[in-house]
Order: sequence, then structure tokens, then C-alpha cells
Amino acid sequence: MHLAKLRLYILVALIMGLGIGLILYKHFALGFPLSPDDQKPVWTIEARIDFAARGDPVIVSFALPPKTPDIIFIEEEFASPDYGFSELISPSGRRAQWSKRTATGAQTAYYRLSLYDTRQKSGVDAVDLPTEPEKPEFDEVLKTAAITLLDQVRNRSANTETFTRELISTLNSGAPSQNQSLLLNDQSNEDYKTHLIINLLAMEGISARIVRGLYLQDGRRRQTLTNFVEVYLGGEWRLYNQKTAEIGKPKNFLIWQRGDQSLLDVVGGKNSQISFSMIKNVQSARDLVARNSMNQQAGIIDFSIYSLPIEQQNAFKMILLLPIGALIVVVMRLLIGLRTSGTFMPILIALALIQTTLLTGIVIFLIVVGTGLLIRSYLSRLNLLFVARISAVIIVVIAIIASISIISNKLGLDQALTVTFFPMIILSWTIERMSVLWEEDGPREVFIQGGGSLLTAIIAYLFMTNRTIEYLTFNFPELMLVNLALILILGQYTGYRLTELYRFHSLERRNVSS
Amino acid sequence: MFLASAKKLRSFGIIGMNQRNFGLISRYNPRRLYPLVDDKLKTKLLAQQAGITVPKLLGTLQYQHDVRLLKEILQPHDQFVIKPVKGSGGKGILVITEVEHNLYFKPSGDAVPLEDIERHVSNILSGLHSLGGKPDTVMIESLIQLDPVFADYSYEGIPDIRIIVFRGYPIMAMLRLTTHASDGKANLHQGAVGVGIDIGTGEALHAVQYGNPISRHPDTRKTFAELTIPHWDKLLQLAAACYEMTGLGYLGADLVLDRDQGPMIIELNARPGLAIQVANAAGLAPRVAVIEALAAIDPDPQSRMEFSKRQFKQNPPAHQPRMARTRSDDS
Repeated sequence: MHLAKLRLYILVALIMGLGIGLILYKHFALGFPLSPDDQKPVWTIEARIDFAARGDPVIVSFALPPKTPDIIFIEEEFASPDYGFSELISPSGRRAQWSKRTATGAQTAYYRLSLYDTRQKSGVDAVDLPTEPEKPEFDEVLKTAAITLLDQVRNRSANTETFTRELISTLNSGAPSQNQSLLLNDQSNEDYKTHLIINLLAMEGISARIVRGLYLQDGRRRQTLTNFVEVYLGGEWRLYNQKTAEIGKPKNFLIWQRGDQSLLDVVGGKNSQISFSMIKNVQSARDLVARNSMNQQAGIIDFSIYSLPIEQQNAFKMILLLPIGALIVVVMRLLIGLRTSGTFMPILIALALIQTTLLTGIVIFLIVVGTGLLIRSYLSRLNLLFVARISAVIIVVIAIIASISIISNKLGLDQALTVTFFPMIILSWTIERMSVLWEEDGPREVFIQGGGSLLTAIIAYLFMTNRTIEYLTFNFPELMLVNLALILILGQYTGYRLTELYRFHSLERRNVSS
Repeated sequence: MFLASAKKLRSFGIIGMNQRNFGLISRYNPRRLYPLVDDKLKTKLLAQQAGITVPKLLGTLQYQHDVRLLKEILQPHDQFVIKPVKGSGGKGILVITEVEHNLYFKPSGDAVPLEDIERHVSNILSGLHSLGGKPDTVMIESLIQLDPVFADYSYEGIPDIRIIVFRGYPIMAMLRLTTHASDGKANLHQGAVGVGIDIGTGEALHAVQYGNPISRHPDTRKTFAELTIPHWDKLLQLAAACYEMTGLGYLGADLVLDRDQGPMIIELNARPGLAIQVANAAGLAPRVAVIEALAAIDPDPQSRMEFSKRQFKQNPPAHQPRMARTRSDDS
């Protein structure tokens, strides 16, 4: 006996562990949210490339943002009428290439990207090592100015990190010294400043590179990329804002391109321009994750309910709720000790209640069973064989249901039309059983068992219609394993049922007095 | 207080439904033996083979078209009982005590025409009262004659004695008295009175109706204090012998005292209920523990009965030190 119990507990632990493990895996590794209300902002970014073609062959090459683990691209679209298109992957990053034999006049190409942030920390790849910084070529005047500036900055800093920050803030200071003005050359051009910072850092022997990116702000149009400086510091690349000298990637900043390649090359065109517009919308995190996992063919998702057609998925939504109902019945019967007519009839009533909504469902149930009992008591006088009688009850039930539908329709009570969702055979059996119960054990027993069934059904209904439970059972079918483990444990419960504490309460008093 | 404390109930050794199902029925009653007691015809046959007295079988009906033979079968008898062979909990039992001008009379005096009896029989055959609604057989038995001892304690029916037999040892007993409320049936649910009986002496201990203690029969107003069941040793011995007969480790034997034929067995139950604890104001667990602690089961029903009488005698001597645990708690 001991061994059998041990075996059961091991089994329960295994099932429970497997179920919880799968849930945790899906939550943490695949990002499935545990709440149905979990939503993620999805950004749709559109890059519009305009240029004037000269009638020659045209090649447009456009840098695309790199794919990183912290950002999921839901969809990428490339559009440009009559152009050939290909996506090229080079060591320096992905590029889109549009091409056409001849084109004249104003041309436009679009690139649209939808993405969301997984909010996961992504380590910058270790392979992305910097090359030895090339010493920049400055003319004498500039070189002197640069050396003086670097000396000042060096004096005010302690290490590479503070040096870089100090250099950027000095270059951005509101009251520039002569040296700074000379170096900045009165050019407010972003790219010029970025390259100046990189060059100055190179003179100091620090590796740095340009990073172009896009601030994601809802509803913005005609945006341009913003330049950042990425500095190789202590074995990793650190991003510096070249205006404020702040370290790190700002929130809602999408890195579009790293390194010094051009963002856009147009061969056979002129006056090329690029502008970005973006909008944000909110989508259910569950949908996004499920779609993404499907795309990546994560085994656990690829062989899951999501792979079924939508119609079957909806059927499963209901089916996967049944174990919850079963658990409620087990709890009500083993722990509470409620008597129900038919073990699992409450679940069937609960399923019907889901379709009809609670109050309407209960009213309909009571009307059908009540009327059925009345008619059944007449049938019992007709001296019928049992099978014929139960069949007659089925027909009576259908007639009642039909009349309820018709009358309520005439009265304009649309809710009552859902009456057809009640399982008619089960209702007939209920009526038959209750009527026999009435004859043999009296109306009291009928009310106890009928009430017990209805109460269990209502509780099961409340659980099964709970949004979170509905969401969890469908998206984490592994919960069934946890449910199974719970039922296995409950099957071992040998303590008193709640109703037995009432049933035996007179014993307590007598034993105390004696 | 409406609810008892679980802790106290446990200390009295009250066994709950879950523990009964788990620790007694599923452990001591192999499922293959159930048909022996679920089928009353089989039980009857077994009992007869074992030399135990049972009510006389007047006839059986197995098919719907046999129903028209009913009148013929009933013809020679004034009193009889119609039972479903696979019924449980006293369901579907019809008692006829008098026949007059083609009218049949129930103990309550209600007249029943033959058609109603035929319909009742037909319902039984269709499986209305059997477990799972399976087709059933009807058996017609001779009526048990009320023993005069119970004349003052029963109303329109025959009291029966339920004895719980655990591994062959009678461990608890209860007398079920019919009342007006129970419609002449010895069914506690329907309002029959349950009287706890001292295993040692056959004397009445406590009585309950609807779970509440009472001291007099609700209809006859007779107190239970002077009630002692005659032939007590014989009843206990018959019950004990059911263990060999069926092999069931935990069973409820329903016995009656017939005025003319003495103690007889009417029914055996593989899932006896727990109301007997309320009637006795005592828990089954300590008694189960005593029997479970035995190294071996005595093969002789007679000596098992003697053992039980010594062991479970109520007063005097004072209570045994209570062992409120069954073996299931240890594992």
C-alpha cells in the first residue's frame, strides 16, 4: 500500500512538474503572457524613398534594420511599381535593392515594417569586434585644435567612458571655445559632427562607429534618422547620444544601421530623399507571440492547437474548458459532498449556460424541467413501457423547447431563443430520474439533488466563463496536466466531506455529554 | 453549531464517505464479487447453499411478455413482496399484505389494482430501479411475518436489522424500524427510525430519526429502553457467515426476524452506508482498527461472533482505549 501511494505521488509530481514546466517554458522562453489583457505596442514604420530618374538603368539600394532578438519583425513589405526587388544580405547588414532598366521622372519606393519589442535584454554579439581605429587625416590647424581639445578633455576625465562623455558634452557646449568652433567648422550637419567625434576618439585610440536609428513616436511623419556614436568600451559596444552624451539606447529607439555604409544609394537618379513615418497600435500579446512562434516553427507551438483551422480551434476552446468543470464536480462531490443528479450532468448544464447566459439559462432550465415533471407525472398514469416513456419525455422536452422559442420570439425576448443549446436528451433523462426520485424518495430529495446539480453547474459556469481561466486553458493546454494531477490528489482524499460535518453534528454533542 | 469539528469527529472514529469508499470498500471488496450481492437472486441461492434461511421465492419474471403471467403467479398468494433483483437501497420494493376482490392492499391500506402492479413489474424489467438502468429481473417473495417483539415498534412494515460485517466479524448493528413517515419501508432516508444495537447483548442503545436523537417510536410512542432483540447470537452468527459466503471484507447484512421461521437474511450490501454510526452514536474506525490489528481471521463464524460480542460490548466494561485510526491512515 505504501509503495502504491508513493508511486502515485511520484506520478502526480511528474505530471504536475511537466505541466508547470511547459507553462513556464511558454511564458518565459516563448513570451506567452499569463494574462489575456497583456498587450504590446506594435509599431508600423514606413520608409519612403523619392528620387528623380534620368532615363537610365536604376538601382536603389537601401539599408534595412538588423534583426535582433529583442525586436520581433512581424511583417516587412517592399513596394515599388514595376521594379525588380531583392533583399541582399552582406556582412555589413541587410539591404533592399530595387532595380529597373529605364525610368524617368519622379520615382517612389516604399518599405514598410511592423515590429514589437520583446523587452528582452539582448547581449551585443561578441563576434562584433572593432577594427583598429584609423588615425584621421587633419590639416595642421585642425590637428592642433584637436590635440588641444583632447588634452583638455583628458584632464577632466578619468577613463575611456568619462572621456567619451566629456568629449561629446564639450563639443555640444553652449559657449564653444575657439578650438571647438574651428573643429565644428560652423557646420551643423549631423553626419559631420558624428564623424568628427569618431575621428577625435580615433586619435585617442578609441574604437567608435556611427549608428543611425529612428525615434519611435506615434503618428510622426517625415522623420529622419538620428545619429548616435557607438564606442567600444571594456569589451562591449556602448551607445552614446551625440547631443547629450547620455549612455545607452533610449526607449523606443530603433537601431536602423550600424557602421559607415550609406543608408541609401541611388544609381541612375538624383535628388534622392528618404523620410520615415510611423504609427503605433496595440495588439494582444498572445496573438503576436503565437504568430511569431508559428513562423519560427517552435516545436511546441507548431504541434499545438494553434496549428488547427480556426473553426476547430474554437471547438477546442470549449473542449479545453471541460476539465475545469470536471475539477469543480470532483471538488463539489468529494470535498463538499453535494449530491447531484447524474455525475457530470452539471457540466452539461454549465455548457448550456455558457451559450444562454446565466440568468436566462437558469430560468429556462427551471421552466423546462418543471413543465417536464408535470407532464411526466401524467405519462406515468398512462401505463407505458419504460423506453417508450423516456422517448415520450424527449418529445415533450422538444415540444417545450419549441414553444419557449416561439412564445419568446413573439414577445420579443431574444435571449430565450438560446434554449436550443440545452442538451435535450440529458434534460429528458433528468426529468425522468427526478420524477422517479419524487415517487420513491419524495420531493425533498428531488430539490436536494436538483439544487445540487444546479449549484454545481452555476459554479462550474462561473469558472468556465472567467476570462482568465478561458484564456489560460486555451493558450496553455498544459494546464490539463496540472488539473489531472490535482484530481489524482483529490482522489486520495479520505477526510470528511463538508456535508458530513453537518450530517454527524449530533454525534459530536452526544459524545461530549456521555 | 451546525457543523461538527472534523477533529472531534476523527477522535470519535467517525468514518466519512471518502474514507469508506477508499479505505474499506475499494480495499476489502473486490469488484468481481459485487454481482454476488447486487443480484438478489444470486445472493438467495448462495445463502440457501450455505444453509441460511431466506424468504421463500414465489416466482421470477424476466421478460416484458412474462408480465401477463403475473396474475397466475400471484393467484395462490395472499401476501407477497415484489422486488427488483438488482435494485439498491430498497428501491422498487412493493409489499402486498392482503388480496380481496382482485384488489391488492399495501400495508398502509391503500388499494392497488392489478394493472398498477403490472406496470410496476414492467418498470422494474425495463431497469428503472437497477444500477445504470440495465434490464432487470423481478422476484416475488413470500412476506415476512412480523415478530411480536417488534409489534410495538413498527408501523405498517417489517423492521430489519443491519449488521456491518468486517472481515467476517460483526462490528456494528442497527435496527431499522418502519414509521408512518417512511411509508412502511425500513429506509432511514425516508424517515425510518435507526436504533443502535449493542453487539454484545442485542440491547437498544440509541435511536435516531432524520439524524436526530429520539427516545420513543414516533408512531407507537413506545420507548426503546426495554427493547432487546431476541435470537441475537443467531443473527450475529448468520451475518458473520456471510463473509465466507461472499468473500466481501466489508459488507452490510440485512436480516429480519420472522415470527415462524426465526432469523433470516433478506439482502446483502457491498456498499453499506454510514448512518449506522449516527444510530449507534459511535464511529466505525476504532472497531475496524481492532479487526485490522488481528493477526489472522478465525475461520469459524461462531467464534468470530463470540469475539465480537466480547470486544464490542458496550457497558460494562468501559470503553476500550480508542484507536481512532484505520490502517489507511498509517500508510
